[in-house]
Amino acid sequence: MSNRTSNAANGMALTPDARAALKRAGFSRRDFLKQSGALIVGFSVLGLGVGLDTAEAQVFQGVTAGTPPLNQVDSWIAISADGGVTAYTGKEELGQGIVTAQTQLVAEELCVPFDRVKLIYCDTAYTPDEGYTSGSQSHPMNFNHANLAQAAATARETLVKLGSDHLGAPAEQLMAADGAISLKNDPSKKVSYGELLGGKKFSLIVDKNAKRKPASEWTVLGTPVHRPDIPALVTGQFEFVHNVRVPGMLHGQVVRPPVVGATVISVDESSVKNLPGVVKVVVKKNFVGVVTQRPWQAIQAAAQLKVKWTPGSGLPNQGDFYEHVRKQKPTRDTLLVDSKDVEQQLSAAATVVKATYHYPYQMHGSMGSSCAVADIQGEKGTIWSATQGVWYTRGTTAMVLGLKPENLRVIFTRGSGCYGLNGADTITYDAALLSQAVGKPVRVQFTRKDEMAWGESYGNAFVMDERGGLDAQGNISAWDYECWVPALGTRPGRNTPGNVITGFLVGFEPEEFNPRTPAPDPTRYSNNTNGMPSYIAGCIGETCGGNGKVKSERSLTHNVVSPFWTGPLRSPQRVQNTFAHESFMDELAAKAKADPVEYRLRHLSDPRLIAVVQSTAKAANWDTRPSPKPRARKTGIATGRGISCVNYEGNNGYSAMMAEVEVNQETGKVAVKRIIVSVDCGPISNPDGLKNQTEGGALQGMSRALGEEVTWDAQQITSIDWTSYHTLPLGFDVPKVEVELINRPDERATGSGELAITLVASAIGNAIFDATGARVREVPFTPERVKAALSQV
Amino acid sequence: MSAITLKVNGTTHTLDLDPSTPLLYALSDDLALRGPKFGCGLGQCGACTVILEGRAIRSCITPVEAVSGSEITTLEGLGAIEKPHPIQQAFIDEQAAQCGFCVNAVIMTAKAFLDKNPKATDEQIHRAMSGVLCRCFTHTRMLRAIKRYAQEAAR
Repeated sequence: MSNRTSNAANGMALTPDARAALKRAGFSRRDFLKQSGALIVGFSVLGLGVGLDTAEAQVFQGVTAGTPPLNQVDSWIAISADGGVTAYTGKEELGQGIVTAQTQLVAEELCVPFDRVKLIYCDTAYTPDEGYTSGSQSHPMNFNHANLAQAAATARETLVKLGSDHLGAPAEQLMAADGAISLKNDPSKKVSYGELLGGKKFSLIVDKNAKRKPASEWTVLGTPVHRPDIPALVTGQFEFVHNVRVPGMLHGQVVRPPVVGATVISVDESSVKNLPGVVKVVVKKNFVGVVTQRPWQAIQAAAQLKVKWTPGSGLPNQGDFYEHVRKQKPTRDTLLVDSKDVEQQLSAAATVVKATYHYPYQMHGSMGSSCAVADIQGEKGTIWSATQGVWYTRGTTAMVLGLKPENLRVIFTRGSGCYGLNGADTITYDAALLSQAVGKPVRVQFTRKDEMAWGESYGNAFVMDERGGLDAQGNISAWDYECWVPALGTRPGRNTPGNVITGFLVGFEPEEFNPRTPAPDPTRYSNNTNGMPSYIAGCIGETCGGNGKVKSERSLTHNVVSPFWTGPLRSPQRVQNTFAHESFMDELAAKAKADPVEYRLRHLSDPRLIAVVQSTAKAANWDTRPSPKPRARKTGIATGRGISCVNYEGNNGYSAMMAEVEVNQETGKVAVKRIIVSVDCGPISNPDGLKNQTEGGALQGMSRALGEEVTWDAQQITSIDWTSYHTLPLGFDVPKVEVELINRPDERATGSGELAITLVASAIGNAIFDATGARVREVPFTPERVKAALSQV
Repeated sequence: MSAITLKVNGTTHTLDLDPSTPLLYALSDDLALRGPKFGCGLGQCGACTVILEGRAIRSCITPVEAVSGSEITTLEGLGAIEKPHPIQQAFIDEQAAQCGFCVNAVIMTAKAFLDKNPKATDEQIHRAMSGVLCRCFTHTRMLRAIKRYAQEAAR
């Protein structure tokens, strides 16, 4: 059974009409838009909202110079003569439900049913460049007064104006509903969108003053619409990037260095000559790969290929790595806030509390190892990639291949999970390099070890020092924070392919490290990394942007060079900083003998942050008293609860979490029994999608708090599979997770996908303290570390 | 290479394969099936799970020669979008997926277990699922969907 027939059989292929329309359009949306009509893609009979299928996409021969202009309505919305709505977006579906929510948004603003909207996302031949789909930015970017939302609102207002001319009635007497404009007092007098536009383009600039539909009138947004991709997922019909099959496709594997820092001396191509199916051994500087006829052959050939490597550069001892990081020179220093009186206030404080926290490198650890398919032929090519940024990947892959970016088309195709910079970008370069070398389409999927040791860019390790001063009443008088962050590379962005492993192996350099000491004074308030705790005033000059009341404040970050590749991992830096801040807030509350909820509320000024804390405490039926729990037993199972809260990135969503734990004081094992999390992300677009994200974030955070840690020996990474990197499986240890949603229809839409995860380590750590009086200051909270902390009580 | 006979979802296929090839490759590359997936290649995560004669097995570590002639069911063999199997329907009803890559592991493992243990307790279900991974951590919904199906099937 060929892929093409399987596509046709399960309905994933284009309709004949759509195929004809695309052929007429020369497979280039931009070219097509130059003609009179709007491009309507009548594909996706399953309503999956996916892009063109594999068989269609591969015939792309067009040229796209750059993104469709973001200020044009036609870059976002097209309406066909039969009234079908096609919307284009630069924010993709990674499993977080944003495509469903964006479809709801377009349906809502255009007053059409949900299933009349087809959403095309992240394909450089069609969709606007909205940067990366990352960092809890999709909801704020596309659901406020810009981009997709504003284009849809402009389109609706335009249709009302056209309807006014057509029906001979003033706009205020008209309404838009079910894809038509009608008279409010006589709905039988109406004209459909299709008739009004006649399949033509809008040819309009997005109107900044077009009115969004008020949330009070919503009928599609704000409702728990089911995700249209789930039926295909649960029946094995969904096309992941792993399932892309192109006619004539070959299979590749990469051969990575055996130890960190090793470079190629020589490659013995004859060592795989005896194997069946070997097409080519590809070597480019330190990039080594094989291409074979079949995937199993590629794995065997990669394992057998003899490569001579130089010795590695050696790795710092993991046992005292955090001390090593703290001593690294040079550093790049950044002050987020500095009231310049912290030392003075700490000296004057009745009590000073100090604590140091450690957070390890962690992995995205996507369940399916990363995969990409590239078809590079001569000067042109098409790439199927799970990258979070198709335009960035187009540009940087072009650099890696030495081709013009406009000759490449990058089609986002869903990968396994995401959670940030997993191996998706680097394997896209791998596939492109191998395809270019053989002039044929090549699919590459990492082995588990390649993914974990040489594919992904880890979430940063952190070393964090907290100091707090308490006055005679136990209130916080000063807060000082200093952290050390090892980093190497990051997302490739527009022009830095060396920021990920493959780019580096073929000779590109990662982003330059620019030492800077001392840090300059901050000029504007930004808590984008949550480097400042919620309880400080956050004053830069006369402007105070913080969420709290503590005026004596300092936050200083030292970036240093990491021995491992690093990049954004769900709630990057925010998870680590918040672990320290929210654990330390608990230590301050305990020192002041105050209840941890009451103590937080006492120091907060932001009403929405206060509201999520109160919501969680109420749902938890919070027992107001200081931690640790009085009269706790020192043996057997001890139970406790902890609270934590955050204003994500200082302006991108509010959340508070309560965790209940059982600590086995003999073994040190922590069992989380219940998590309650309150979320406020402004207007809720899809309550069920938001719950799903929040539940997943809570448990991913729990897995990271209790088990996940990248490990290494003197030469190489040793966490290379699921027995050496510990994730929380389905089954016994899954706690009850309860989500409290706070809807604020009149506020700005914020992010939400990274709220819950940011709080888990501190909520659990605080609960362990409440149960036992033991403070665990290093993630993950392994039984050994918990036992060690218990022995300090 | 040798001729290998695979009976998959009720259809018999004869394929010319290296007998040591893991079953997963035959399913996803020769038969173009999208249900079973490569997650680790080590039998640790479950992404490649198929049902072999009523048992959930990990096809990434099962050579094709070991299953030649046996009845193999993949996720596609349970039901279709138009007519999902009740366990698939339970996952739709509970919206029990995020990226969805692990759904094959979860459904196939649960299905094989519940077929043999239709009256399983929640604790037994949890034990049966404890070798399956999901990195989006859709655990609560997936366990809810499995229990929903178990209750419906028991009726």
